[in-house]
Amino acid sequence: MIEPRNATLAVRTPEGVEFSLLLAGPSARFLAWGIDFGVTLVVALVVLTTFSILQSFSGDLTTAISILTFFVLNTGYNILLEWIWHGQTLGKFLLKIRVMDAQGLRLQFSQIVMRNLMRTVDMLPMLYLAGGAAMLFSRHAQRLGDLAANTVVVHTPTPKQPDLQQLLPDKYNSFRSYPHLEARLRQQVSPVEVALLVQALMRRNELDPDARVALYRELADHFREQVAFPEEASAGLTDEQYLRNTVDSIFRKSGEAN
Amino acid sequence: MILDVAHFVREEQPFWQELEECLSRLERRLEQRMDLAETRRFYYLYRRAASDLARIRTFAVEPEIRGYLEGLVGRAYAEIHEIRDAPYRLKPLAWFFETFPQTFRRRYRAFLIALAAMVIGSFFGAGAVLLDPAAKESVFPVQFSHLQDDPAKRVEREEHSTEDRLEGARSTFAAALMTNNIRVSIFAMSLGITWGLGTLIMMLYNGVILGGVAIDYILAGQSTFLAGWLLPHGSIELPAVLIAGQAGLVLAGALIGWGSAQSFRERLRAAGPDLVTLIVGVMLLLVWAGIVESFFSQYHEPVIPYALKIAFGSLELLLLFAFLLGSGRKRGRRLSGKAAPHD
Repeated sequence: MIEPRNATLAVRTPEGVEFSLLLAGPSARFLAWGIDFGVTLVVALVVLTTFSILQSFSGDLTTAISILTFFVLNTGYNILLEWIWHGQTLGKFLLKIRVMDAQGLRLQFSQIVMRNLMRTVDMLPMLYLAGGAAMLFSRHAQRLGDLAANTVVVHTPTPKQPDLQQLLPDKYNSFRSYPHLEARLRQQVSPVEVALLVQALMRRNELDPDARVALYRELADHFREQVAFPEEASAGLTDEQYLRNTVDSIFRKSGEAN
Repeated sequence: MILDVAHFVREEQPFWQELEECLSRLERRLEQRMDLAETRRFYYLYRRAASDLARIRTFAVEPEIRGYLEGLVGRAYAEIHEIRDAPYRLKPLAWFFETFPQTFRRRYRAFLIALAAMVIGSFFGAGAVLLDPAAKESVFPVQFSHLQDDPAKRVEREEHSTEDRLEGARSTFAAALMTNNIRVSIFAMSLGITWGLGTLIMMLYNGVILGGVAIDYILAGQSTFLAGWLLPHGSIELPAVLIAGQAGLVLAGALIGWGSAQSFRERLRAAGPDLVTLIVGVMLLLVWAGIVESFFSQYHEPVIPYALKIAFGSLELLLLFAFLLGSGRKRGRRLSGKAAPHD
C-alpha cells in the first residue's frame, strides 16, 4: 500500500507546544466505509420489513417510503452519526478512527454535512477512486470532501493512562541494601538508556520469548558493566529481575523506605 | 539529568485527570458555558498539560505518556481556540426564514452566473432544434424518450386519455423525483470542486434540454400546454437547481480565491456554512417540487384547466422570489443593531 506523504498532522499551539495527529490511511478508511455501508443496508432492510405491513394497505406508499428511506439513510447516516458522536460512525469507531478539523479545532456541523455530501464526487467513477486518488496526492491524506470541508481523518489517540504499577512491582529489591551503589547507578546512566530499559520492560508481553531473553541479557550485561553490585545482591537473579531492580533503584524517590 | 518519569507521572496525573473530566463535560454538553473561575482553572490545566507534554518530549522517550498527553492537549486546544459557536441547537424556522434567504442574497453573484449558464444553454438548445428538428434526438437524453414524438400528438393523447397513467403510483413517482433531483443537485454542488467547470457544464446542459423542449412545443403551437405542464413544478425545481449551481460556484470561488487576501483554508472555512445552507434549502424546495410534479403537473385539461395550472405556477414563482429576496431582511438589521452594545 502506498502511504500518504505525511503520516501525521502537526498542530502547533500558540503556547509553542506541538502535538501531532496520526492520519488514517486509505485502507482503514475504506474498511470503515464498508462496515458503515453494511450497517445502512441492514437498517434499511429492517425499516422496509417493518413498513411492508403497509403493503396490503397501499403498495404505492410502501414503494415511496422504501425509496425515501434508502435515500435518507444513504445520505444522512454518516452526517447524523458523525455529528452526535464527535466525528465517528460505527465503522470509524470500530477501526478507531475519527474525523477532525484540519486545524485541530472543534468539528462544525457544516463541515460534517459538506464532507459527506461531497461523497457523490469522491465515489466517482466507482468505489471511491476519485477520493482515493485525491488522498494519495493530498498532503494530509484528504479525499475531495475532506479538502472542501477542511477536515482530516485521524487515528483516535487511545486515552490510556500509563501503567507504572506493572513496571514497579512492590517486590523486595536486593539492591536497596546498597544505597551508595544505587546512587552511582542513577548518576551513571543516561536518559536514553533508561528510556530503552523502561520500554523493554513495558513491552514485555509484546516480545517473542526468545527475543525477550536475548534482549534482556544484553541489557542486563550492559547495566552490570556500569555498576557492579556485590555477589550477594545479584546472585540468583534472572536478567529480567536484574533489570527490574535497576529500574526500581533509578526511579524510587530517594527518601522512600522499602 | 534524568527526568524521574514515575515521580513526574505521579505528581501530574491528578491534573491530567481533572482536565480529562473537564473536557468530557464540555464535549458532552455543548451548550454549557463556564464561569470565569472555571475558565481560569480549565486554561490553567490546559497550559499545565501542554508544558508537561513539552517536558516529556524533551527529556525522555515515552511514547505512551506522550501519546496520552498529545490526545489530551489536542482536545483541550480545540475547546480553547475555537471561536465559532457550537452547533448545539438547531433552529429550523429561523434558519429557513432568515439564514437561507440571507445566504442566497449574500452569494447572489454565483446565482447569476449559474442563471447565465442555463440561459445560454437554453438558447443553444432552442437554436439547435429550431435549425434542425432532427437534433432533438441528440439533445434530449434517453430517459426523456417520450419527448421525441411530435408535441401536438402528445398533447392530444394526454388530453384524451381516459385512464390515469399514474394511478396507484403517484407517491412512488414523487419519491423517485425527489431523490433523483436532490441527488443531481448535490452532484451539481460537489462538482464545484472542479473549479466550477463541472457545475457550469451541468447548468448549460440543463438549459439545453429546457430550451430544446420549450421551442419544440412552441413551434407545434402548444405553448399553453407547455406552460401548464412545466410551470407548477418547474417554477420551484428550476430555481432549486440554479441554487445548487450557485452553491457549486460558491465552492469554486472559495477554491480559486480570486482577489482574496485570505488563505485557501480560511476561504473554505468561510464558504462552508453557506454551502450547506444553500444545499439544504435546495433539498426542501425539491421535496415540494416533487410532490407538485407528481400530484398536479401530470394532469392536463380537461381534468385541471391550464389557466389554473399556469396561475398556480406563476404564484409559486412570485412567492419564491419574494421569499428569497425579502425574507429575513428586517430581522437581520435589528439583530446587528442589538449585538453592538454587547461588544
